[in-house]
Amino acid sequence: MSNADQGGTAALELEGLEKSFGPTRIIRGVDLTIVRGERHAVIGPNGAGKSTLFHLISGHYRPTSGRIRLDGRDITGLSPEQINRRGLARSFQITNIFPQLSVWENVRCATLWAMGYRYNFWRDIDGLDDVRLRTEEILGQINLIERWDMPAGMLAYAEQRALEIGLALASDADILLLDEPMAGMSHAESQHMVELIRKVSENRTLLMIEHDMGVVFNLADRISVLVYGEIIASDTPERIKANADVQRAYLGTEVA
Amino acid sequence: MAEILFFSAVNGITYGMLLFLMASGLTVIFSMMGVLNLAHASFYMLGAFFGFEISRHLGFWPGLVLAPLIVAVIGMGVERYGLRTVHKHGHVAELLFTFGLTFVIQKLVEMVWGKLPVDYLVPPSLDFPAFTIFATEYPAFKLFGLLASIAIFLALMLVIKRTRIGLIVQAALTHPEMVGMLGHNVDRIFMLVFGVGVGLAAVAGVIAGPALVTQSNMAGLLGPILFVVVVVGGLGSLGGAFVASLLIGLVQTFAVAFNISLADVFGPVAADSGLALYLDDIWSVTVAQVAPVLPYLLLVLILIFRPRGLMGNRES
Amino acid sequence: MSDTSDTVVRPAGFPSGAAPGPLRRYGPWIVLALLLLVLPRVFSSGLSISTMCVMGTMIIFALSYNMLLGQSGLLSFGHAVFFGLGGFLTAQMMNMMAGGEGPLPLMVYPLVGGLAGLVFGVIFGAVATRRAGTAFAMITLGIGELVTSSALILRGFFGGETGITVDRTEIHQVFGLSFGPQVQVYYLIAGWCLVSVIAMYAITRTPFGRICNAVRDNPQRVNFVGYNTTVVRFIAFSLAGLFAGIAGGLASINFEIMNSAQMGAAESGSVILMAYIGGVGNFAGPIIGAIVVTYLHLMLSDLSDVWELYFGLLFISMVMYAPNGIAGVIMMQRPLIRRGQLLRVAPYYVLALIPGLVALAGLSMIIEMTHQLSISASEGLGMTMMGIAFNADALLPWLTAVVLLGGGGWLGVRAARLAREAYGAAMVRGRVQ
Repeated sequence: MSNADQGGTAALELEGLEKSFGPTRIIRGVDLTIVRGERHAVIGPNGAGKSTLFHLISGHYRPTSGRIRLDGRDITGLSPEQINRRGLARSFQITNIFPQLSVWENVRCATLWAMGYRYNFWRDIDGLDDVRLRTEEILGQINLIERWDMPAGMLAYAEQRALEIGLALASDADILLLDEPMAGMSHAESQHMVELIRKVSENRTLLMIEHDMGVVFNLADRISVLVYGEIIASDTPERIKANADVQRAYLGTEVA
Repeated sequence: MAEILFFSAVNGITYGMLLFLMASGLTVIFSMMGVLNLAHASFYMLGAFFGFEISRHLGFWPGLVLAPLIVAVIGMGVERYGLRTVHKHGHVAELLFTFGLTFVIQKLVEMVWGKLPVDYLVPPSLDFPAFTIFATEYPAFKLFGLLASIAIFLALMLVIKRTRIGLIVQAALTHPEMVGMLGHNVDRIFMLVFGVGVGLAAVAGVIAGPALVTQSNMAGLLGPILFVVVVVGGLGSLGGAFVASLLIGLVQTFAVAFNISLADVFGPVAADSGLALYLDDIWSVTVAQVAPVLPYLLLVLILIFRPRGLMGNRES
Repeated sequence: MSDTSDTVVRPAGFPSGAAPGPLRRYGPWIVLALLLLVLPRVFSSGLSISTMCVMGTMIIFALSYNMLLGQSGLLSFGHAVFFGLGGFLTAQMMNMMAGGEGPLPLMVYPLVGGLAGLVFGVIFGAVATRRAGTAFAMITLGIGELVTSSALILRGFFGGETGITVDRTEIHQVFGLSFGPQVQVYYLIAGWCLVSVIAMYAITRTPFGRICNAVRDNPQRVNFVGYNTTVVRFIAFSLAGLFAGIAGGLASINFEIMNSAQMGAAESGSVILMAYIGGVGNFAGPIIGAIVVTYLHLMLSDLSDVWELYFGLLFISMVMYAPNGIAGVIMMQRPLIRRGQLLRVAPYYVLALIPGLVALAGLSMIIEMTHQLSISASEGLGMTMMGIAFNADALLPWLTAVVLLGGGGWLGVRAARLAREAYGAAMVRGRVQ
């Protein structure tokens, strides 16, 4: 199951990361290393700062202090688009797509930068075969080929969640950050999503936030537990289950 | 020189306070509803024209009370039956709605009162020099305008600090994203805030009407300056609007007072090249002539060096 | 990567990558070109030709505006700045080259305007596009005021209140074209209009054009797929300046005068009206808007002294009830036509239209009578509307107006509700079949 090379190089390193909003410290010194190729889940109670952590890594927020390194290069303080161009893509907890554009256009727009077309305003986009094939491939992966010409805002919720993942995939990043991909899904829909995530995270590094413990223990190679802005444990699923601190702080109330 | 400085300062503060009377309503409406009311200056103009019409029949003082009340009621109607309908189409539609409103209000005013200035007179009870300094008389009406603006400013502060609605307004100013969670009476609060906001603009109109010129283009002249004030101050910041109002008021009145050009300082430009014709325009223009440009220049400079405005703390 | 796509059957219409046939690709443009070619033969009066000249210019201007509002979601209140600066630069260039001194024929002068629009678009765009949304709108408003008030100071270049005049026949002539006759100017404008329309349409179908749409929809998400939204806005703003400048250059050739009012708030407002009334959500919308507004402008200003008020009211009601403009209303009928249901719904439209027109008549009576009572009172209170003479202060006309407005409005609202229901029912019916 594990495609992580435990002795491998670090894809993402967080070092003494802190974030405060006014006097409130949301992230209080997080050190975390995500190894290339692993599937890593961040769990923790509500308000622990999981989404804030993602916002810091993806450049949406600027850390108060600490460093973030992507493939060994410092990306602290870079803007979201700069970080994306360096190979990190993310999805959002609250569906964040282009509601008026068709499903096809949603995915196609997300592929453009990585395909090298950038701000090109002289080439016919429909004539770009590489973009078309790539868009079709992603639509196939997220099972939305049938829905290609529907405005994304009119998709069913689970389909929008899949499109959300598709947008993250489309930029061809090596590292995927998925923020609660199963949020609000039925059990059957979750099952599909687990398979989808498993499929798309092959040959990639995955960092995800998830509340569904079944999903987390099923998917993740390693799990980090974030409580009140601090990581209290970071280990394999088996050892996390057995960890007394984690039991006390978190799992004891939710899983057992 | 001292005379120029003194009168420019007093005029600048008076003008600035008048601007703030409008900018405060604009800012509170923006903070609570997320809409920058482009028609704000149009309500100011309506205040002036209603005040004028009422003063012809009942006198100035009833106008000072009634005109803002009428405008406030109109404003509440606009919010209830206009803005609320448009709200679902998004922010651009809301802005466009208030933009269309400026157009319609101007044309309505032109339809009723025409394009020429109307004869809105200073009331006889205030038509005397308040004091004489440096051998120049300062009109009592202007002093009244200044005092009235300050009084309203203080009253507004009291309302904001001491009442329940005031608390909500304060909350909206600091945490605009929370306004939606106020509960079921949020619609009524919006209507009220919009009504009071444009009512304040109308008060400014009644006060400014006799002092300046009451004409159908007065909204078009003042509106852009008002928006400069709120952007320079920082969108949604009441303190910023206050500082920017006074700043713009002072900058404009001081600039008008100085009739010097580059040519006066450095001597005329040598007129032999073809470009000299255009250069001469810049060279011989006086500070007073540049006055209308200054607020916009300030806007551009602020945006380059402080994109969020003097005291703004958020993006639009 | 897995190749699931090969196992899935592609649905109908799915992009296959096959290039569209030449007829599909170039057909519409050839039709448009032919249309532009024959129009002055069909509408050959002097008035219609000069009207079409204005329309052609305004089509480019309105489309350039829609690169901002419709394509990128940017509400600018200062777009006329680029139209005006383009026009002034073209006019100055023409005056410099007057007497056939320069080797350039008149045909290429709009390019001077375009370049001016582009350069100033880059300069002002660098400031304005740092912000989006409301702040962007206010900055463009400020830039508009900055430029118009500066123009009144720089009298040498902008000619003060009167503006500057040019003589287009003084420019180096080729092919024996003097551009004295208006119809020659028409073909010049038509040519530039065609080229600009094609270019602007092509831009919507490029990677940049699509990213503009994405920025309009959800700017934050665009950041996370690698794009800098400020850069996107900046390029859109500069390109919109380029085409507005071309339109301005054409205007200065057409009217042979440029005035600083042409870059002011009123002109910026009028381009918003054109684009919005036509429909910003559709490429053809601003074209329709430019034609309709220019035509109404001519017609209404003859009919009524307060025609601008009608425009304002039309605009507000469209913002409230038809936010996608005329083009949007037309596009709404497409699924009905496809389902073969249009004829079943059309009677309801007529049913709603009749009381609507009655209400409009009542409203217009009130407006015109008020106008007669106030401003035109010096000319007496007698007036005529639709051939009927009456006094503006009489009770009966006012009563009639109120009844027409109230009754028509009441019926109209009800009929509109019926029409909406009929539309919904037809869509459902069409789906079942």
